[in-house]
Amino acid sequence: MTSKTLVQISKDLAAGTYSSLEITQDTIADIKNRDPIYNSFISVSQELALAQATAADARIKAGTADILTGVPFAHKDLFCTQGHTTTAASKMLANFVPPYESTVGQRLLTAGAVCVGKTNLDEFAMGSSNENSFFGAVKNPWDLNAVPGGSSGGSAAAVAAGLVPAATGTDTGGSIRQPASFCNLTGIKPTYGRVSRFGIIAYASSLDQAGPMCQNAQDAAIMLNAMAGFDEQDSTSVKQPTPDFTADLNLPLTGLKVGLPKEFFGTGLNPQVAQCIMAAVKEIEGLGAQIIDISLPNLERSIPAYYVIAPSEASSNLSRFDGVRYGYRCDQPTDLMDLYCRTRAEGFGTEVKRRIMVGTYALSEGYYDAYYVKAQRIRRMIKDDFNRALSQVDVIMGPVAPTPAFDLGSNTKDPVAMYLEDIYTLSANMAGIPAMSTPAGFVNGRPVGLHIMGNYFAEAKLLNIAHQYQQVTDWHLQKPSSNGLPVSNQEKGA
Amino acid sequence: MALENADIEKIAILARLQVTPNEMNDYTNSISSILSLIDQMQQVDTNGIAPLSNPHDATQRLREDTVTCDDQREAFMAIAPATQDGLYLVPQVLD
Repeated sequence: MTSKTLVQISKDLAAGTYSSLEITQDTIADIKNRDPIYNSFISVSQELALAQATAADARIKAGTADILTGVPFAHKDLFCTQGHTTTAASKMLANFVPPYESTVGQRLLTAGAVCVGKTNLDEFAMGSSNENSFFGAVKNPWDLNAVPGGSSGGSAAAVAAGLVPAATGTDTGGSIRQPASFCNLTGIKPTYGRVSRFGIIAYASSLDQAGPMCQNAQDAAIMLNAMAGFDEQDSTSVKQPTPDFTADLNLPLTGLKVGLPKEFFGTGLNPQVAQCIMAAVKEIEGLGAQIIDISLPNLERSIPAYYVIAPSEASSNLSRFDGVRYGYRCDQPTDLMDLYCRTRAEGFGTEVKRRIMVGTYALSEGYYDAYYVKAQRIRRMIKDDFNRALSQVDVIMGPVAPTPAFDLGSNTKDPVAMYLEDIYTLSANMAGIPAMSTPAGFVNGRPVGLHIMGNYFAEAKLLNIAHQYQQVTDWHLQKPSSNGLPVSNQEKGA
Repeated sequence: MALENADIEKIAILARLQVTPNEMNDYTNSISSILSLIDQMQQVDTNGIAPLSNPHDATQRLREDTVTCDDQREAFMAIAPATQDGLYLVPQVLD
């Protein structure tokens, strides 16, 4: 039932084909039945979901339903949900029940959407493979030997497996786009400040941004409509009018100027991924776009600069986990220092501790200018590169990741190798521009996403391009088998 | 930049993290290799370029210093590991 798109479910609910309560119950049963294969959920919020579904059915009956009313979705377990555990995939918050709802969560509840549960992620959103979770790694529904990407890997796997039609994600350095690419989804990271960060557990506050992960661009636009908007409670929320992100979906692409940065097609790029991307670009050219070669000369520098800025902000943000006010606390602390040090050592996983220490070092006396300020100067060079490029072209395209989904366990021994996977996604967070991934092909059965980046607040343009591309291609309609086994084996079994 | 175990010990204290002796070498090696990656920044000429801390170059938005929500003290204290009489409990600090 839930392999249907969000729009299809919305129509079915309006037509009375089934009720929200029915689809919510089916969704929860499906998660309980099939999710042990993927481990994409950390928890199911059954009681709350059934109450929300019942309220949604009343709204539908009363004729006051919104397009999302009664539609099930899942939250990345980084969004605080009032009355339901929010773990950040960390032992530190394994039993944390937030006393408040995130702004994004509240907006979705107001729209009448039904949150069925919380999806797995890399602990505190730190990772590119969803292998850094206290609750175990997530498997890619397209190939159970592959990672789903990260950090929003649970959201990606849950939507790809057809467990829910949509899920929220967050993207600090690619954490929506890379798992969307690895799992054949449409995922968008909006402009920094477009979506409120209030109630989303912070990783790197100047880079974090939330967005939707869906089966297609139209669903993503509908989700973003509900999620976006100025919020007094987020001091970095931007006071900009929120357009209807579905309004421009059907605009033709005639005359669109698409920039291809040569730095996105260098030696690190898997040649088969490059072929998929070039075929997608060709298709978009056929829709009337003009392709222009451009350069983003500081792209490679986004890696070292990001891995100073993000850990520095993380070390500051994560200092709040002290075993005093909420979350995990070690047993029998001998004194206050022992309480802090053991609580944090026992509560955080290895990668989180590594990033906290890198950030602590970068911010420590004598190193602040050489690391943090230097990284911020490079950050401006990256922003200036985009400003220059986007004065020549409307959007920029390239791969989301250098390879399709890699094998589980293949990068876990070497954090630096894992960081290099983020080469194409980090720069959009550094500049704060919107960027998305849309399905664009397969390499050996593993999906490949096309990366579309645009100017500040140009989300509607990006979604328009993805939607038009999806009208002439069927990559986004491809689905993995219902149990993660290769389709050829299913046929043999049948 | 290569760090030594003594550097990690110092950083761990600043970060309020206990690092056990059998974790020490792993952290020293992995953080050293991360710092080598980060040190690529030093080759970049950033003279005359202003640091960017917010993508929109925005500064902190301020609001009136007025009460904007109800008192939620009980809800917030209910999720603490140890409380008593409306106070958070920690190990004794003063003798």
